[in-house]
Amino acid sequence: MNKPESISGGSTTRKSILYNGKTLAQNRADMYNTSKETGHYDGLTELKLKKSDPITFEKIFSKLRAGVVNARETAKKIAASPIVEQEGELCFTLYNTAGDCVCTSTGIIIHVGTMGMCIKYMIENNWEEDPTVNPGDMFTNNDCQIGNVHPCDIATIVPIFHEGKLVAWVGGVTHVIDTGAAGPGSMSNGQVQRFGDGVQITCRKTGINDKPMRDWQHEVQRNVRTPKYWILDERTRIAGDHMIRDIVEEVIADVGVETFLTFTSEIIEDGRRGLVKRINDILIPGKYNTVAFVDVPYMHEDVHVPSPFAKVDTIMHAPCTITVKPEATWRLDFEGCSRWGWHTYNANPTAFTSGIWVMMTQTVVPTERINDGSLFASEFRLPKGTWTNPNDRRTAHADAWHFLVSSWSSLWRAVSRGYFSRGYLEEVNAGNSNPCNWMQGGGFNQEEEIHAVNSFETAACGTGACAMKDGLNHAAAIWNPEGDMGDCEIWELAEPLLYMGRAIKSNTGGYGKYRGGMGFETLRMVHNSADWCMFFMGNGYMNSDWGLHGGYPSATGYRFEAHNTGLHKRIAEGKSLPMGHDWNPDEPDYENHLEPGAIVKRDSQCITTEEIFENGDLYLNYLRGGPGFGDPLDRTIENIEKDLNDVVLLEEYAIKIYGAVFTKDAEGYYTVDADATRARQAEMRKERLSRGTPVKEWMKGERQNILDKKASKQVQQMFASSFELSQPFLDKFRAFWSLPNDWLVTEKELGVPAFGAKHHMDLSQMPDVKTVVLVEE
Amino acid sequence: MSTTYTKKQVAELIDGVLDWETVRRMLFMPKDPLRFSMYIEVLQERAKWEDKIVLPLAPHLYIVEDKNGDIVNKCDCGYVFGPYQENWKLNALIYVRDSVEKFNQVYPKLMSPDAEWQVYREYYCPECACQHDVEAPVPWYPVIHDFEPNIAEFYKWVGLEVPKGIAA
Repeated sequence: MNKPESISGGSTTRKSILYNGKTLAQNRADMYNTSKETGHYDGLTELKLKKSDPITFEKIFSKLRAGVVNARETAKKIAASPIVEQEGELCFTLYNTAGDCVCTSTGIIIHVGTMGMCIKYMIENNWEEDPTVNPGDMFTNNDCQIGNVHPCDIATIVPIFHEGKLVAWVGGVTHVIDTGAAGPGSMSNGQVQRFGDGVQITCRKTGINDKPMRDWQHEVQRNVRTPKYWILDERTRIAGDHMIRDIVEEVIADVGVETFLTFTSEIIEDGRRGLVKRINDILIPGKYNTVAFVDVPYMHEDVHVPSPFAKVDTIMHAPCTITVKPEATWRLDFEGCSRWGWHTYNANPTAFTSGIWVMMTQTVVPTERINDGSLFASEFRLPKGTWTNPNDRRTAHADAWHFLVSSWSSLWRAVSRGYFSRGYLEEVNAGNSNPCNWMQGGGFNQEEEIHAVNSFETAACGTGACAMKDGLNHAAAIWNPEGDMGDCEIWELAEPLLYMGRAIKSNTGGYGKYRGGMGFETLRMVHNSADWCMFFMGNGYMNSDWGLHGGYPSATGYRFEAHNTGLHKRIAEGKSLPMGHDWNPDEPDYENHLEPGAIVKRDSQCITTEEIFENGDLYLNYLRGGPGFGDPLDRTIENIEKDLNDVVLLEEYAIKIYGAVFTKDAEGYYTVDADATRARQAEMRKERLSRGTPVKEWMKGERQNILDKKASKQVQQMFASSFELSQPFLDKFRAFWSLPNDWLVTEKELGVPAFGAKHHMDLSQMPDVKTVVLVEE
Repeated sequence: MSTTYTKKQVAELIDGVLDWETVRRMLFMPKDPLRFSMYIEVLQERAKWEDKIVLPLAPHLYIVEDKNGDIVNKCDCGYVFGPYQENWKLNALIYVRDSVEKFNQVYPKLMSPDAEWQVYREYYCPECACQHDVEAPVPWYPVIHDFEPNIAEFYKWVGLEVPKGIAA
């Protein structure tokens, strides 16, 4: 008989693995409900441990926090992937028994919530009974339907037991270089559904007795292009998790398990109070209304998608009202967002709510005390069916960041209005660059192995301008506060792409009294590869970074690629080569250093799918700048002169934007004539008055454009999608433009396919699945 | 525990000339609760008009209490943009960059948006031509009312008397 003898119909009842005797689900429900009812995490109106023994409280925190940070710094050295080892794309987080974050390391701390959601999913779906949760277990998750940002963020979760009882969970996450999606690279964009988005692992038990299971390893390694990196990334995560587990054991040995468990609740309530205090200290109550957009230009011939219904130009729409309440909590309402789409830029509520903290910890709560307490002081409204909360289980998410970073830049701009009004000018950030391009591709590399690349030079884009200084050049990314472009030498080891130049990108930061930080550009030549493809991923026709208080948005992206370049011949003959700057794309120079017959693509199409690149072909990786602050005519003469001499501002735009009148000496040094410049600026002000129209007059003309439906199809589709999902947004739109009550634009009348608009199936409709919802929908 | 700063330091911060060490301290340390009062004091001394600044909105734009006790949006130059609850932009001048030529005055053609997707809307003061804001939405987008401060509550937060003209 092959039937196991111990099971006799239905499930077996196991003894509780918690000290309090509850099931994991009951334990979490009690904590969550008490928190909601009382407004204090776990009903903790008083922090008894912190109050009675503050030294022990702080000692525990310091030890745990140092432990998670140390685990990250140590474990990342195990990884071979430069994404992890160079860019620090990893994070370790400790959770309490309910899956709420106690403390987290530095790094990609968006995963405070994503790994927590994975734990909550296991709790709510009774993993306790099947597949069971035991000491020495490991669980792996990258499922975006549960809460992951995109499939390339792989999380390894380890339960921590003491005397046979669960006392905590620890999670480690790394951004792997490839997930076996339809296209190579971790954030590819040719696929339009989950089914091409790479390997999908749903909280699977992948290890027992502290060892990854052999069947798991055999299966998963052959599902990705880069098994070497995959294996070492997993070892990184396991090592970090186990280091943190050791620290927890030490803490319990030191203070006792009861104190430890009390601490893991109190610290979260402490985190909640911390956010409330900070909001009270730094913001102004009221409503902050903001919006962001970004382009999805899929009609172009260089975008190849498998499904005809995905071949449409669309625009991401993310309006947000942030309400700072009198009691210093806040609500972020995304009513009016556009629908999810057939591309890889969809997000889910946890990616959104958790991700916001990676940004907010750089501004509102710059503290090591970040944990799930912040979430309990915040309300999020992410309407179901929008790209922030898809209502269909087929959605792809590989480059969720395309939409996420675009929408968050507007949030930073919004809170900066509060900082400015309150006088905290040092905190103002006009927004942030859309950190791209994402240079990706794959084929056979210089070691003749199947390979994929995803350059993380994007981790060092320009930052937004502040209200008292310029933004930082090539410094950071909104999704990783530890911005680092990585070393050329390391990238050349990881990619069959030689550097033909790496330089600051002039004119990329938005102009203003204080300008945005500049991006940079690297020109890469494909070398020693075989059967190689590459593609572009970023914004080109639109810009999601607006500028603040009169500052200009940063420059948009563009694409440059060259094929059949004849560069090997030119190198052999000692001829000039395209190197370094692409100074002004309107006056291209790279082309002057290519052989006749070279095929060049130089345009705004910054999203493409796999294209064949031969050895000797060129790819320009242009990393964006940040937006500006304040009227450019307020910029000091000294700063204009410095921009010219630092070669971050093209002469033509020093004249057009700042009215600069200058001379250039024989050595190329610029001197700006202050009097002549001020005189020119006075003329420019008069020109503004003469070309400006009273807003209410202009509105009449724009209203007529709306009535006549004069706008591109993609703009109308964006509105149609938002109108269909949001009556309040439609009502506001009609009211603002004084439109008739029956005015409407629909996708049907535009003749664009709208698969998923009417017919969709949510994950919650799957059998035996209990979804976890933490936001208003 | 918070650090305190002098009015001179706050003035230097406004002028963008404060030494970096102090700016770093401002960033690192808990916020100084007196900042708002000092900030208003410095700006008030510099204002060309007698109206009382209630809340700065932008480098050259304020919510002020005028001599009649009305609370209005006002430019540095004295131009009044209407009651404070209303969106000041509706009383500004607008210039929309919606063509290759107009965008090319700001960025190289390949580094500016495509007007079929996005436009720039520049909002100027009708009197002094200060560029108070630049929006970058899609065509048709309603003019955005960026900030609707709850001044009454805020003044309670910072321990100041709520101006009479502010609705509770």
